[in-house]
Amino acid sequence: MSAFRAFLIGGALALAAVASAPVASAQEIEKPAAQDWSFYGVLGTYDRAALQRGFQVYREVCAACHSMNLLAYHDLDGIGYSLPEIKAIAASVQVPDDPDDTGEVKDRPGRPSDHFKAPFANEKAAQAANNGALPKDLSLIVRGREFGPDYIYALMTGFGTAPADMKMAKGMNYNAAFPGHQIAMPPPLSDDRVTYADGTKATLQQEAHDVATFLAWASDPHLEERHRLGARVMIFLLAFSGVMYGVKRKVWSNVHH
Amino acid sequence: MAHTKTPSTFQNPVIRWVDDRLPIFTMLSKEYGVFPTPRNFNYLWNFGALALVMLVIMIITGVFLAMQYTPNTEMAFASVDRITRDVNGGWLLRTLHANGSSMFFLVVYVHIFRGMYYGSYKRPRELLWLFGATIYGLMMATAFLGYTLPWGQMSFWGATVITNFFTAIPVVGKAITTWLWGGFSVANPTLNRFFALHYLLPFIIAAVVFLHVWALHVTGSNNPLGIEPKSDKDTLPFHPYYTMKDGFGITVFLLIYAAIVFYIPDYLGDPDNYIQGNPLVTPSSIKPEWYFLPFYAILRSVPDKLLGVVLMGAAVIMIFLMPWLDTSKVRSAKFRPWYQWCFWFLVLDAFVLGDVGAHHPEGIWILLGRVATIYYFGFFLILLPFLGWFEKTLPLPASISESVLGGGKLARADVAAKPMEKA
Repeated sequence: MSAFRAFLIGGALALAAVASAPVASAQEIEKPAAQDWSFYGVLGTYDRAALQRGFQVYREVCAACHSMNLLAYHDLDGIGYSLPEIKAIAASVQVPDDPDDTGEVKDRPGRPSDHFKAPFANEKAAQAANNGALPKDLSLIVRGREFGPDYIYALMTGFGTAPADMKMAKGMNYNAAFPGHQIAMPPPLSDDRVTYADGTKATLQQEAHDVATFLAWASDPHLEERHRLGARVMIFLLAFSGVMYGVKRKVWSNVHH
Repeated sequence: MAHTKTPSTFQNPVIRWVDDRLPIFTMLSKEYGVFPTPRNFNYLWNFGALALVMLVIMIITGVFLAMQYTPNTEMAFASVDRITRDVNGGWLLRTLHANGSSMFFLVVYVHIFRGMYYGSYKRPRELLWLFGATIYGLMMATAFLGYTLPWGQMSFWGATVITNFFTAIPVVGKAITTWLWGGFSVANPTLNRFFALHYLLPFIIAAVVFLHVWALHVTGSNNPLGIEPKSDKDTLPFHPYYTMKDGFGITVFLLIYAAIVFYIPDYLGDPDNYIQGNPLVTPSSIKPEWYFLPFYAILRSVPDKLLGVVLMGAAVIMIFLMPWLDTSKVRSAKFRPWYQWCFWFLVLDAFVLGDVGAHHPEGIWILLGRVATIYYFGFFLILLPFLGWFEKTLPLPASISESVLGGGKLARADVAAKPMEKA
């Protein structure tokens, strides 16, 4: 009986494992190749240099079409920029000021408290400029996609020529990682698309890895704090459960067996 | 008129003063101090206390989240993001609450299956069981309402799919659904009322938990042998024995909860809910959180909408009816060789249904879903009533103490012989 029960429980656990495995269908993301990410693992942290390079890629390339509406310039202290640097970055854009005393709205330089300036005034304008396709907001793109940074990396490096037997729709580009393999976005990155401020060689792979790192941070800016606090909480709970086990044993020692 | 009220025996004058006027300390001492509790609980009896811990954690984190949340379709998604991004400690509150619902259901599922295995629903504990099943029903409603609040894609489309169930009701279905929505689709009025109800229901759950515990303290706890305590030798005072055992269980449980919260906070969630809800874009697959998947599979096991909804409702009602569907006089599955098999098949069946619920209903999943649905209802409607008639149960021990202490003595005397027992 107990062997049979073990079999049933084993079967149930195996099924649970199967259930949690991703299901591929035409409209869903296929499992991309796993890359090395410094922020994975229980003690993972973001690579500050990669974050700043990734922000440079976003600012010089992605930001032409993609908004990051949920981030403010002051959030950039999380990737290692100082306040003067953040002020300079914010001031490089013009944003509409509050109405002045005559009711007129003038532009002013951005401040650290402003949210990232969006490239388009609204969704319709974004679609009109992009052949009807809407460039996604990138604030939560990594947490909002299955396989997170691996998918972003695969998407950035997945452009190529369509197989001969594949019929491409007008204005679409072939991408091996995108569900359905047809994407409206033209290949955004290539070798030397940016010139890195820190002198790193800007290969396509390097740019893709850096921008995926930056977007992962943007999706989950408290990851490092979470990992640090987690370690302390786990150690405390381990010790405390050890103490509780001892107390329980002591209390029960006079009762049975 | 003779007034025979025993004065409070507490030493502390403040406690005695209060207790003479409202005997709350006498009550606490009676119900949680000296309360006679069967001595043979295993660790499965921790899960009631664990569920209470989860309810408290959910209410506390929820109240603080509500202070920062905005129930408006234009702002809800951004306000939740702001909680995780900018509010001090907000990321922790939110992940505790979001993963807390999974932990709450996990604990309650173990608690329910434990009750089913050891026959805790049987006379005289039927009402206790009904209160428990009611809590489970309220939890499902609360979890569904709460999942809508972040207004992600799965929030919006989940709410749309579930509320559309009501359109399956003949004649008045459409009108009821419009009334529930507060309009002609899931929109701002819907989010507003869902938030109000999500804040309300946990306190109703707390009230039913009070009744659940009250009923428990009238009948006393069941135990792994399923026989009633007969003498003082069969029981132990709740404190310190079970307060400490529960305390240990809680710390181990919190370890698992913390591991999820701090290291895999998104594992149990759906990435689509990090995309703002959009009525114009349908996600590639709409599926509920894991704890609803078995019922989702039952819903989709029949091609007819109304029948599917009825079956899903009936699946929950089955749990309520257990005390009257089971005709066996023996409580614990330990002494019910047939029931034991059926029970473990039901556990397996629940996993199969969960697996089916996570997949597109195509190919083998359709057949698997139907077979599993048939077993689910077969367990309650056929096996439970008929097993009681023909199952030959094993002889019950004379008392808990005889079983525990007798077995204990044997084990101590034959420590050396133990490896042989296994062979």
